Amino acid sequence: MTADRTAGSGKRRSTRSAAEDSPSMPVEPTGSDPAFIQLLTPAGERVDHPDYSVDLTAEQLRGFYRDLVLVRRIDAEATALQRQGELGIWASLLGQEAAQVGSGRALGPDDYVFPTYREHGVAWCRDVNPLNLLGLFRGVNNGGWDPNEKNFHLYTIVIGAQTLHATGYAMGVQRDGSDAAVIAYFGDGAASQGDVNESFVWASVFNAPVVFFCQNNQWAISEPIEKQTRIPLYQRANGFGFPGIRVDGNDVLAVYAVTQEALRNAREGNGPTLIEAYTYRMGAHTTSDDPTRYRIASEVEAWQQKDPIERLRSYLLATDQADQAFLDEIEAESDQIAAELRKGCLEMPDPSPLSMFEHVYAESHPLVDEERAAFGAYLDSFEHAKEA
Amino acid sequence: MAQITLAKGLNMGMRKAMEADPKVLIMGEDVGKLGGVFRVTDGLQKDFGEDRVIDTPLAEAGILGTAIGMALRGYRPVCEIQFDGFVYPAFDQIVAQLAKMHARALGHVKLPVVVRIPFGGGIGAVEHHSESPEGYFMHTAGLRVVACSNPIDAYWMIQQAIASDDPVIFLEPKRRYWEKAELDESIEPDPLHSARVLRPGAHATLVAYGPMVKVCMDAATAAEDEGRELEVIDLRSLSPLDIDTICESVRKTGRLVVVHEAPVFGGPGAEVAARVSEKCFYSLESPVLRVGGLHAPYPPSRVEEEFLPDLDRVLDAVDRALAY
Repeated sequence: MTADRTAGSGKRRSTRSAAEDSPSMPVEPTGSDPAFIQLLTPAGERVDHPDYSVDLTAEQLRGFYRDLVLVRRIDAEATALQRQGELGIWASLLGQEAAQVGSGRALGPDDYVFPTYREHGVAWCRDVNPLNLLGLFRGVNNGGWDPNEKNFHLYTIVIGAQTLHATGYAMGVQRDGSDAAVIAYFGDGAASQGDVNESFVWASVFNAPVVFFCQNNQWAISEPIEKQTRIPLYQRANGFGFPGIRVDGNDVLAVYAVTQEALRNAREGNGPTLIEAYTYRMGAHTTSDDPTRYRIASEVEAWQQKDPIERLRSYLLATDQADQAFLDEIEAESDQIAAELRKGCLEMPDPSPLSMFEHVYAESHPLVDEERAAFGAYLDSFEHAKEA
Repeated sequence: MAQITLAKGLNMGMRKAMEADPKVLIMGEDVGKLGGVFRVTDGLQKDFGEDRVIDTPLAEAGILGTAIGMALRGYRPVCEIQFDGFVYPAFDQIVAQLAKMHARALGHVKLPVVVRIPFGGGIGAVEHHSESPEGYFMHTAGLRVVACSNPIDAYWMIQQAIASDDPVIFLEPKRRYWEKAELDESIEPDPLHSARVLRPGAHATLVAYGPMVKVCMDAATAAEDEGRELEVIDLRSLSPLDIDTICESVRKTGRLVVVHEAPVFGGPGAEVAARVSEKCFYSLESPVLRVGGLHAPYPPSRVEEEFLPDLDRVLDAVDRALAY
């Protein structure tokens, strides 16, 4: 050990914050920076980018708008259900609708999604019944849907673990000779996880057809992005040997264009891409969180000016691709879907205690059989006591 | 009939499984050209190609995590963890992901992943190469845990594990890799999760698995000279546990000694002892005794023979059991 590295030498770097000395801190990107892909400004102005473009019909654009509004409404209803005690917890996607709808709508039918626990908007695009998403948060199951029905894997709560599953799945796709692509969702906090970094290594080395879609919503519960990285996250891809792209995550058009391109590259055998969708978690981490303890209101207000839905609405109205009647129609539809969701949630039955023993193993396991029989008999003894 | 080593038995078993099912894959560090550090996968990459025998980057969570993804796509990955002490980086992927996914999906997906782990000490290895982590895995619902003790079981059990639709932790007694036996393929194998009585005896029962089976067999032979007949059971499976075979023996002998390399405290022997005392309390003539590793980190190899149960420590426990 050299003298200047011993404790008390006064040269320990750890006391210095990243903000003080890093020239390459993640800086606030702007629309004029070509490294920050944007096709629709916060004001709703359509802008060109040298490398990315979209050519969408008015009907498609209205479809995006409908997705964004409905997804936000579903999310709001779920938050309300939690506040009323019907869900144990809810992880809101508020603010991240464009990142999820833009990427979700770029997927082809054979593509496969590995979500975190916040991808309600992607689930919507995959036609997963929103009610299915509530099971986990209501505590009636731990996932519960058939992942292969909509090519949408179960929510994963251990941060970043699903990126490896996605990569392995993509390696399977590769071996099948299929032209499907796989997309792995994760967040800025997850970017620090070993699993995520290992998945980057694997995908790169095996040239796996996987797109890593990072929603950088600036906050991992209370920890700002500066606690996770000293360079913009998308630049991490360079070190792993594949392209990284930063896109305005609140611009549904740009996200759509960038994701489509990345998926196409994966399908054509060009390997993985890291997309950093630069967005903002407008709400709390979950309904159990209190963001007023760690972030200032002015930051949230600044991001409100970049709202993903407002900018598309402005654009649609300004270009006469939608009218007030359409907006009203979507509003009414969203209320109807929310009402159905609420009804479905309240009607969700609690699982029977003995269902705990179901599907522990695919093949029979004597200990599970024994415990189920014993526990069943124990429960029955209360029934008999009541009858007696 | 062919003489095979335990390592060869595993190799032949995997080869057979790969021939029978194109979805079976081998994954791990150095499993390709090198054939694994113990040569257990020797020649498989040459015959099945790099797409089916995959030399992975050096990261255990990555091996398990990508194996899960491949299983979700319909493959049957057989992962090699190079040494017992290197399985811990993959702990989350095994315990929180692999073990639970079938249940979380309400049975809609299956996870036929085999995790091969060379385990146990006795080879004079450096730190982290001699551990017995089975307790962590048998504690976890959703995993099956088995340990082979001889070449014939190695050959059959690895095929049975690969054929299972559940995740299987497959423990290989590394110090027995080079022991030999005659393989007669015409003899039907026992079911994967059954224990086996290797030697009948009337005075006490020895239960072991993996590397300790041989120690117990030797102990039983030595005890013969003292006029003691010891029954020896090879447990073979830790989850599920074939407790009936053990209880049947204890009802006959009245005394039970459980032997493993894993530390005694909170180890597999504790589970066996508790269940035996529940199921055949009145047959017991003495408390169930355990012989195993000590409550200390696995020691430097120069003293590992003191840490590991040997013939004398097993017979000492038998003496104590018979003294009641």
